[in-house]
Amino acid sequence: MTLPDLGQASETISPLAGIDASAAQAVDDNVRQAAFRPKSRGRELAETVLPPLVLGSLVIAAWYFISYGVLTEARRFLLRPPHQVLQVGFLDWENFSEILLGLWSSARVATIGLSISIAIGFFLATLMSQAKVVERAVFPFMVALQAIPVLAIVPLISFWWGTGQRSRIVVCVIISLFPIIVNTLFGLQSAERGIHDLFTLHHANRLTRLRKLMFPAALPAIFAGLRISAGLSVIGAIVGDFFFGKGGVGIGQLLRRYANNLQGEELLAAVIMSSLLGVAVFLLFGWIQNRAVGRWHDTTGA
Amino acid sequence: MTFPDGTEALRDVSFSVDKKEFVTVVGPSGCGKSTLLKIASGLLERTSGELEVDRDHLGYVFQDSTLLPWRTVTDNVLLLAELHNIPLADRKQLARDAIDLVGLTGFENHYPKSLSGGMKMRVSLARTLTLKPPVFLFDEPFGAVDEITREHLNEETQKLFLREGFAGLFITHSIGEAVFMSTRVLVMSARPGRIVAEFVVPFDYPRKPELRFDPEFSKLSGEVSHALRGGYG
Repeated sequence: MTLPDLGQASETISPLAGIDASAAQAVDDNVRQAAFRPKSRGRELAETVLPPLVLGSLVIAAWYFISYGVLTEARRFLLRPPHQVLQVGFLDWENFSEILLGLWSSARVATIGLSISIAIGFFLATLMSQAKVVERAVFPFMVALQAIPVLAIVPLISFWWGTGQRSRIVVCVIISLFPIIVNTLFGLQSAERGIHDLFTLHHANRLTRLRKLMFPAALPAIFAGLRISAGLSVIGAIVGDFFFGKGGVGIGQLLRRYANNLQGEELLAAVIMSSLLGVAVFLLFGWIQNRAVGRWHDTTGA
Repeated sequence: MTFPDGTEALRDVSFSVDKKEFVTVVGPSGCGKSTLLKIASGLLERTSGELEVDRDHLGYVFQDSTLLPWRTVTDNVLLLAELHNIPLADRKQLARDAIDLVGLTGFENHYPKSLSGGMKMRVSLARTLTLKPPVFLFDEPFGAVDEITREHLNEETQKLFLREGFAGLFITHSIGEAVFMSTRVLVMSARPGRIVAEFVVPFDYPRKPELRFDPEFSKLSGEVSHALRGGYG
């Protein structure tokens, strides 16, 4: 073996040796990052942004192909090409403001519904965590409620509460309640046995245990549940709005009207905006989650 | 001690631990060592026999560090003082002293996820120290850390014992650990757990790490090991 080879070998080993020593002392992220020189920022950015960009372009290309290549001019209303959707649905302020107002109305319904779900869900989950008998009593009905397809209870809801805002909110609550209860309960029960023993040894009462142990331990699961439920609540608001005609016009009403009037451009724009609302809600709750528990909990996801 | 399912976990276990005594119980897995500690601490009700433990401000070090992941080192150390409603001003000082004692100064604001296993155990020790417990129960606390860290922790536990003068009851299955720290070593057999042998450890405190290579140390460890294998059973 020649000397330059040896030199190279020791060079590649030394940063690793540095990590070993520092890991034994304390896992210091800075040290680790310094040792493994990360890829350049630009390259990293390109690697995250490029794949969805390429796929997005392919989808738009396929969209054009179907609009112009597959559909005859008489049938083109079925799938308007992207630039027309952009022009009519987004750039025409009259149409776009109508969609935005609908979104706003639905977002409000979703927020109210989610808030009610959170209140009921926290209350029930806390109660269930404190008394097994409550859990046994309530849980089967929660599962049953979850199992009912929303479409099946829409007639019932309109029968009881009419077709106004209130019914839309009821749909939101029914659809978003279950994940909050299940995740909160799971979280409350997730604290280690040993830590419970510690609290027992030091004569902590029920409230102290709940406040200082069970509730903080539950936070990551609670946020995971909130994220799911927030998305479901948006869907609930739109579905409810689709079926219930009275009250403010939400995005569901618009979707129905655009479809009936064959307004393909507006219809697609409304669908895209609904999806964006869902994404925004998902990101918002991810951000809140990260702010709340990111420092001590390894949270995954965006 | 007999469990509801009829398993007899402990039989004829009788001993006392005085102040400034450090008694270690060694025994094979499943011999009822942990049950013994749980009874001593009150986590389990005994089914028969007599028991007297000063449980006011009892110190209990668990197998795991049992830290709260959402609390920093300082806030974890403060937990027990909080549960005992010690005034806030005193708490801070207690935490600082305890953290200093286990050598974690500088890590006060770290979260458990960024600490090594040995450091987490130190936090756990510091947390227990804040109450200045007259009785310290250790439930195999260093079983999950590597050999070198374990030896360091043994030396520091000894230091804390000498400084605080508590009565220590330590459960382990490591003979070296038992002999190094203890004033007395009790050997337990399995099913039902019984004390089959007792050794008084003659070495003076403070014990140096080199003691582990002393022929006398090896001889005593050998005898404990022999007893563990049923030599005296």
